[in-house]
Amino acid sequence: MNVPRFIVGQRVRIADRTPPVHHRVPSYAKGKVGIIERVCGMHGQPERFVPGDGKPFKQLYRVRIPQTDLWRGYKGVPGDKLEIEIFDHWLEPAE
Amino acid sequence: MSDAEKHMKRRPHDIGGKAAGPVDRAEHDTAYWEWQIDAMLRLAMQKGLLSDFAELRDGIERLSPDDYENLSYYERWARSLAIAMLAKGVVSDQALQDRVAMIRQRHKAEK
Amino acid sequence: MTDHDHSRTFQPDHPEPRSEAALIGLALRELLIEGGVYTAEEEQAMIASMQGAAPENGAKIVARAWTDSAFRQRLLDNAAETIKELGFDLSPLEFTVMENTDTVHNVIVCTLCSCYPRTLLGMSPAWYKSKNYRARVVREPRAVLAEFGVELPQQVEVRVHDSTAELRYMVLPQRPSGTDGLSEPDLAALVTRDSLIGTQRDLRGKVP
Repeated sequence: MNVPRFIVGQRVRIADRTPPVHHRVPSYAKGKVGIIERVCGMHGQPERFVPGDGKPFKQLYRVRIPQTDLWRGYKGVPGDKLEIEIFDHWLEPAE
Repeated sequence: MSDAEKHMKRRPHDIGGKAAGPVDRAEHDTAYWEWQIDAMLRLAMQKGLLSDFAELRDGIERLSPDDYENLSYYERWARSLAIAMLAKGVVSDQALQDRVAMIRQRHKAEK
Repeated sequence: MTDHDHSRTFQPDHPEPRSEAALIGLALRELLIEGGVYTAEEEQAMIASMQGAAPENGAKIVARAWTDSAFRQRLLDNAAETIKELGFDLSPLEFTVMENTDTVHNVIVCTLCSCYPRTLLGMSPAWYKSKNYRARVVREPRAVLAEFGVELPQQVEVRVHDSTAELRYMVLPQRPSGTDGLSEPDLAALVTRDSLIGTQRDLRGKVP
């Protein structure tokens, strides 16, 4: 399905799981909540090399997360942000 | 997942946020053999032996933490590509080992 | 092109090809060439093309953005398409340009491996590939930037971009003051590689 599940500005949570295969979600981001900064379009997701995974192309999003939510004792300015690209199947809506 | 399980499953490349030392800003020329490894990766993809970088990244991520730590950037790529080519039967382990020995001999002779 | 300084060419992390892993790579290369997968000529052409990429490419894009506000807007909206206007093409990779402003400073990293827009910036610097940069810049960007001589006031927000998927990034640095009337090539000459990655902010130092 090509209609993006999420829209710009929506709050999302990044899944906290570690499949035993190549995936491109850094541990520091797993389980974190951010907002959708942009919808990037359909891209080949790296877990397609998992045998039996039938869906190679999925919607990709850029997620913006406040640094103070990522790191305890973050030594910077409260407004600092981190932005990463996360695929659709790693995201769920968050409150 | 418990913290212990998380720690065990985290692959050696997944280092964002880990404690580390100052950044060494010294510039290093890329050695010719490193250009050759890089070219080999791209040509292997161009010629259809690999679909894209995901396969190679997977190989690098499966290196032991010690290997990941001790191998240089292009050494990791070389290792991963060799593993992929062996797995696909493009080259045999014997042929690779024989050629390594031959190259070592060549280097000795050049000295 | 800098003069070849042999004393600094082979550093401990760039050993001569003697290590097991490097030799396996070179052995594999010979087997692939002998097996007809590719030719030595193709290898040389590929290396020449990679060596031909340089930060001057990214600098051209920046200079155009500084002088042509419609181009700048197109670049920010769809960088991948817009750079084709200048003859650059990163397909199949996506490309995104992040603009520095008075209140935002951008810095790029790939914590998981070292993805980098080499077509536009040339070979990535060793520090960009280093574990220390990859580990620390996401967690303490201001401390890492300070090591590069970039001190940011509280009013400037730092945005770290971790290239986790298919996007490649470049920073659009701010045009330094005192450059009115400079030609595009002269403007491009002010742009440094580090300012395109985000480990440099202020380009005034090179203004004549």
